[in-house]
Amino acid sequence: MNPPRLRPKIDDWNRDYWTGGAEGKLKIQKCGDCGHFNHPPLQVCRKCQSEHVACEAVAGTGVIDTFTINHQQWFPGVEVPYVIARVRLDDAPNVIVTCNIPGCGVDEVAIGDKVSVTFDEQDGIWFPLFEKAS
Amino acid sequence: MASKEAYITGVGQSEVGVRLTRHPLLLTIDAVKEALDDAGLTLDQIDGVSTYPGKMAGVPGFSPVGSEELADALGIKSKWHMGGGELPAQLAAIGNAAMAVKQGVARHIICFRTVYEAAAQSRPDEYPPARGGELSGGMSYMMPYWAMSAANWVAQYANRHVYKYGMTREQLGQIAINAHRNAQLNPRARNISKKALTLDEYIEARMITSPLCLWDCDRFSDCSTVVIVSAGDALDEVKNTPIRIASMAGSTDSFSWDQPDWTAAYDAGPDLWKHTDYTVKDVNTVQFYDGFAFLPLTWFEGLGFCEKGSAHEFIDGGHRIALDGELPLNTFGGQLGAGRLHGFGFAHESVVQLRGQGGERQIKGDPKVAVATSGGGPMAAALLLARD
Repeated sequence: MNPPRLRPKIDDWNRDYWTGGAEGKLKIQKCGDCGHFNHPPLQVCRKCQSEHVACEAVAGTGVIDTFTINHQQWFPGVEVPYVIARVRLDDAPNVIVTCNIPGCGVDEVAIGDKVSVTFDEQDGIWFPLFEKAS
Repeated sequence: MASKEAYITGVGQSEVGVRLTRHPLLLTIDAVKEALDDAGLTLDQIDGVSTYPGKMAGVPGFSPVGSEELADALGIKSKWHMGGGELPAQLAAIGNAAMAVKQGVARHIICFRTVYEAAAQSRPDEYPPARGGELSGGMSYMMPYWAMSAANWVAQYANRHVYKYGMTREQLGQIAINAHRNAQLNPRARNISKKALTLDEYIEARMITSPLCLWDCDRFSDCSTVVIVSAGDALDEVKNTPIRIASMAGSTDSFSWDQPDWTAAYDAGPDLWKHTDYTVKDVNTVQFYDGFAFLPLTWFEGLGFCEKGSAHEFIDGGHRIALDGELPLNTFGGQLGAGRLHGFGFAHESVVQLRGQGGERQIKGDPKVAVATSGGGPMAAALLLARD
């Protein structure tokens, strides 16, 4: 049993990203003017500097861009080994989400695997994770 | 036109150790004294100080000495000082000094990087770690997933070379093997690397974060490294062979470690050649940042020594990058073999080699051009150094 995940500081811009899981949705900040997906969320669109930015639901599917199997216990109590992966989202391809890949052995993960979002809720934060698509 | 150029005129280094007890300010002054002697300068000729990343208390030992503290301790009447982490990697502190002397605001600038992480972590009462708390910035999108270390972030770039381009452990291992072999010839690496590393030992080592094993990660050490940057019209004041900063380049691609497709070395690399007539064919030695063993591969590719996705073939067998090879890499042992000097060791060694002062580890021939790099992930800085 791992200790609680380290928690991000929630603000008006990242709140929907970290709580979208309550509705089962992965929400990525998008610019209301130019349509750019803006990740991590910010007060302004990085592409056109519009302030009309808000998180909206995406499909929650993606591909493993790359990953590592971590064997080092950096933090007390965290079980090793575990996978850390970069997932590239299907409908927001400039966005990379760093995550873990639960539900399979560490040796079963490969670059190019199709994955879909799942959530680990801990005390009001829904941490996005990805599982291999069946 | 010498006055329009910037030169490295002196280099110095304190002892390099693990869990040293000598105060980090004193280590810094040890390195300053050696650099002054090396250049033939005295403190009253120094009129600037530059460091990376400036004094930081939050990460124990990461940067225990600031530029103002050093100027105060040395009684320097500074005209221009600087210290900050918001730079395109460590060697940018030397790049900033070069720009300052070219502009004429200072003549001789002490650039330094002092690290004290091994000591500080062994004495938490004296150097208390920062309290946990809520995460912010780019880290807050990685650390909840226990992606706690730059080792994890770099490993993912390295793993793409494994999957996409077929990099083997035997190939990646050449970086650490070369580092430890060279470190045996560096008196200042005695506390860091005790013996050469064999391929068998490398292959059997425990994995940290695939494909990086224990030998692929540098280890915390305690040290100060100093480089003196001087204006071209002040060279008559120095006694040692000046080394010209022939070109420099930096890059930052997104400020989150997990968003860029490739490390910033691939952007900074081509830029280094834009302001010089030198090409990769002129380079006699490369001193590439190796906080993690994969990073030199990104520099070989980014700078154009080989095609993207082929650096593991370029270093295959280790002969090309060996001390007697066609392109010697990290001749002092790099950070893997000579300690986590955090960037400045690569500039220091470039100067040593270009002046022919490498002793047992001196490369053969008459080396005139070297490349020193720093950074990894989304930030990178490179210096092209030349003996005219």
